[in-house]
Amino acid sequence: MPDATGGPAMVTGTVPVVGTPPGTAPAGRWIGQPVRRVEDRYLLTGRGRFVGDFEPPGTLHLALVRSYVASAAIEAIDASAALSLPGVAAVITAAELAGVAPLRGVLARPEFVATDMPILAADRVRHVGEPIAAVLAESAYLAEDAAELVEVSYGELPAVASAGEALAPGAAAVHEAAPGNVLVDVSPMSTPGLDGIFASAAHVVQVAVSTGRITAAPLEGRVCVAAFDERTGQVVLQTSTQVPHTVRTAVALSLGMDEHQVRVISPDVGGGFGQKCVVAREEVLAAAVARLLRRTVKWVEDRREGLTSGFQAREQFYRLRGAFDADGRMLGLDADIRCDVGAYSCYPVTCGVEVLMAANELPGPYRVQSYRVRSRGVATNKTPIAPYRGVSRPQAVLAMERLMDAAGRVTGLGAVEVRDRNLIDATEFPYRNVMGACYDAGTYRESLARCAELLGFSDWPAVQASAWAEGRLVGLGLACFVEPTAYGTASFGMRKMTIVPGYERATVRMDPSGSVIVMTGTHSHGQGHATTYAQIAADALGIDPGRIRLRQGDTELVPHGWGTFASRSIVAGGGAIARASADLAGQLREIAAHMLEAAPADLELVDGMAQVRGDPATSVPIAELARTAHHAAHLLPDGLGRGLEATASFDPEGTFSNATHGAVVEVSPSTGGVRLVRYVVVEDCGVMINPMIVDGQVAGGVAQGIGAALFEELCFDETGQPVSGSFVDYLVPTAADLPEFEIHHLCTPTPRTPTGSKGMGEGGTIGAPAAVLNAVNDALAQVGACVERIPIRPADVIAAIAAATSSDPPGDGKEAK
Amino acid sequence: MKPAPFSYHRARSADEAVSLLAERGDDAKLLAGGQSLVAMMNFRLARPAALVDISRLAELRYVRPHDGGLRIGALALHRDLERLTDPGLLAGFGMLPRAARYIGHYAIRAAGTFGGSIAHADPAAEWCMAALLFDAQMVARGPGGERVIPVASFFKGFLETALRPDEMIIEVRLPAPRPGAAICEFARRHGDFAIVAVAAAVDRDGGVCRDARVVLGGVASTVERAARAEATLIGSSLGADVIAAAAQAAAAATDPPGDIHGSAEYRRHLIQVLAARAIGEAAGHA
Repeated sequence: MPDATGGPAMVTGTVPVVGTPPGTAPAGRWIGQPVRRVEDRYLLTGRGRFVGDFEPPGTLHLALVRSYVASAAIEAIDASAALSLPGVAAVITAAELAGVAPLRGVLARPEFVATDMPILAADRVRHVGEPIAAVLAESAYLAEDAAELVEVSYGELPAVASAGEALAPGAAAVHEAAPGNVLVDVSPMSTPGLDGIFASAAHVVQVAVSTGRITAAPLEGRVCVAAFDERTGQVVLQTSTQVPHTVRTAVALSLGMDEHQVRVISPDVGGGFGQKCVVAREEVLAAAVARLLRRTVKWVEDRREGLTSGFQAREQFYRLRGAFDADGRMLGLDADIRCDVGAYSCYPVTCGVEVLMAANELPGPYRVQSYRVRSRGVATNKTPIAPYRGVSRPQAVLAMERLMDAAGRVTGLGAVEVRDRNLIDATEFPYRNVMGACYDAGTYRESLARCAELLGFSDWPAVQASAWAEGRLVGLGLACFVEPTAYGTASFGMRKMTIVPGYERATVRMDPSGSVIVMTGTHSHGQGHATTYAQIAADALGIDPGRIRLRQGDTELVPHGWGTFASRSIVAGGGAIARASADLAGQLREIAAHMLEAAPADLELVDGMAQVRGDPATSVPIAELARTAHHAAHLLPDGLGRGLEATASFDPEGTFSNATHGAVVEVSPSTGGVRLVRYVVVEDCGVMINPMIVDGQVAGGVAQGIGAALFEELCFDETGQPVSGSFVDYLVPTAADLPEFEIHHLCTPTPRTPTGSKGMGEGGTIGAPAAVLNAVNDALAQVGACVERIPIRPADVIAAIAAATSSDPPGDGKEAK
Repeated sequence: MKPAPFSYHRARSADEAVSLLAERGDDAKLLAGGQSLVAMMNFRLARPAALVDISRLAELRYVRPHDGGLRIGALALHRDLERLTDPGLLAGFGMLPRAARYIGHYAIRAAGTFGGSIAHADPAAEWCMAALLFDAQMVARGPGGERVIPVASFFKGFLETALRPDEMIIEVRLPAPRPGAAICEFARRHGDFAIVAVAAAVDRDGGVCRDARVVLGGVASTVERAARAEATLIGSSLGADVIAAAAQAAAAATDPPGDIHGSAEYRRHLIQVLAARAIGEAAGHA
């Protein structure tokens, strides 16, 4: 509905979810309100501005010649046929980019082997899709025609297509520097005496789960438009990214330039989900070619490239053992984790990102202080991995929640009670976990109780039995987890990354008319920051959020920052904005105090006015303060006004959201099809700046999590050829495949942020695979079957049922000694 | 994913389309809804040097009864079949709107054509299965005139038909109704290509099955009839045991492919499940 004042309208009942209102959450005038998103009007009417919309006259289109073999020496590249095609301007290979350095992600620790990711492969290719040559032509059609004509002679080498193969004795080495194909091998915890704990435990439970390789598949793929500014000698790179400053750093490093000689602009971005929080070779390539040719160069990733050459994620294997006492309390946890990281480290977080996070965060919301873990990143001749929403947490939670279900069966306590006994209790916060992370307060047990209640857990056995009497297999599955968000520099520093993210800085600037621009280094790519940041600043400044505009995504304009990933922005960016706005509010109160002859401490900023608390008639409009500060500064003492601006930074301590997800499924014993009957989320992310946006994040995350559980997998044949290179085979769930999501909120404000908010963007993907797998196995338990891998294909269900009826015992949840 | 270069020609009549095809030879393809062709061109799996656009030939878009049967113009949209409401037509050809709902999503059904699907000859396509089920006759027009190709000689192999390069399908004739015909499919997501599909129709006289048609999709290089299943049903009383045996026979006779969505064994299992369902549904109606 259009709003007559042009400001944001309040809406309720937005995304199709069933939710309860925040309840006791502290709300300001704007914080806590479901303000309609500023971005939506222009995005939904086709007025967004994406990199692909830019095409100045004279732009050359770039198409890539990519390897179609997984491992080979490059013996020769013949571009003569391509160059003879009319409209082709150049064919660039590594030879023409001799001065351009590869991307090199490094963890400064002995367990890590660094690998250079060349911008264009020179003498070796290590995965199908690796870029070898760039064709520049007058149109994208011509560029693709010409790319087909480039002849590459390969000396094929043996390829390793799976982690198992890569680790086998005598396996071909993906990199000479890692002869056994292990790029990271960490054992960050080994509590003394753990073996003794297992030996004497009343119950020892063992599970093994594996997860298929998937990809983020954002709606907008990667796009770059790179130009060389003859006037300044600056390379200007427009790119669809989550991390503009990091891209600038990488381009400057690779091209041997100072950072001020590189400008990165990222306008509207159609999704990233982590795939774009690392630097792509093509971004450096476009910048290098623009500088080399002194032309504007445009590359638009097509979907086939995105599905085969775009960064991939989440192919992992967990073997867990849990030691439990007679009361079902977990005494010890022992884990072996393996991640298939592909052919190179991504920059800057490296191939260690999944490996480290899995090891460090596995214990999750459970009280367990004896822990041993070994986690390895294995190189294979496949596309490299990068973070994808949740990173390792969806898989780690999958494994832990299988363990808890198994423990529930073995101890006889059942799925809810065994979790309840092991979840960290409200009285234990702040809780220092076995890895040294300090959890702020949350509602682990409360969210479990509420989720179980909503699902009718206590009646479930009867419901399930009565369905089975009709020949229908139904199952209920739970997943409890904690979601670490907004890591600060201390936490990132512990990983030993050579560039350490974590802080964020914001500038809040009021203009002479009293409207405001907020600038910060996070980079909204669907999160709605233009709306939520305005809500935060509006509460501090006492003005309407419609008068507050966000500028982001231009390294020339905004403070140095780290972009948007790892559920950090509302905490780090929002925190910096809250501080800077409070500072600016202080300046406004000082000016008003001078003009009203009052004490600044007696003044409040409300609804566009600066007024004396308790005497609102004594007031001055904030717009008047702004005008005076800029245009009538002579009326103010020195030190007041003369511009209105504040800058502040925030380096978070790290906040921990939590949730319990519950799924009810029906499994067809004849086709193996899995239908989602209900999906319930009870989540706690502290103070919600905008509950509508929170619901949207949860819903989108759950959809992706269900995709990982039931539909999505990037498959490769034994030679490392990708065989799911289109959406015909890579199955992203559609709205028709998903149930209505029931999303409920609890609220534990955190003392660690100015707003009381925690990050929450990844929770949906983290809980869904576990909830769905547990539900399917709850259903299949009735026929003695179980599934230990996601995605769960209908064929896998049928195979599991067949295996069960041929009298093999189910493979997991074994009592082991 | 840009197509290889091609020239574009819009035909203003079926005859003009045919003469354009004759002119271009093997290098020309007809463009109707483009729902299969354009995707293949974008992947560069198909590289016609010329496209002959027939999508605006309104005279080829119809669904009309004829002599107890049905005549479907080549450019009838999937959506046109989905929206059949005439009770007389639905009695004998109700399988068609039910099958239509399996075809992709609404947007695909609003552009893709019946004749296009038949000419494309995908072994899992609903209309190809319907053609076998209803003993269809394909009317093809070429430079020399028209000929009628019966379905038994139409589907030659994977994406291959008896059509010559200079011929286009004008009409598909379904000579006789099959009341109660059923179709069952299984796919991983709504709107996906079927992993496997079974269509069935039976004709009962007194308590005895006089005629049976069981058609399988997605198990071979073309749609095919499950002849042993049909033989099992004919002469029987269509009881549950016979239906189960027929379903088993249908599955046993197939040699389906395996792929990332499921093994050959899984497809055979699905055939048995879906055949039992489809035959059972058809028998319930008969």
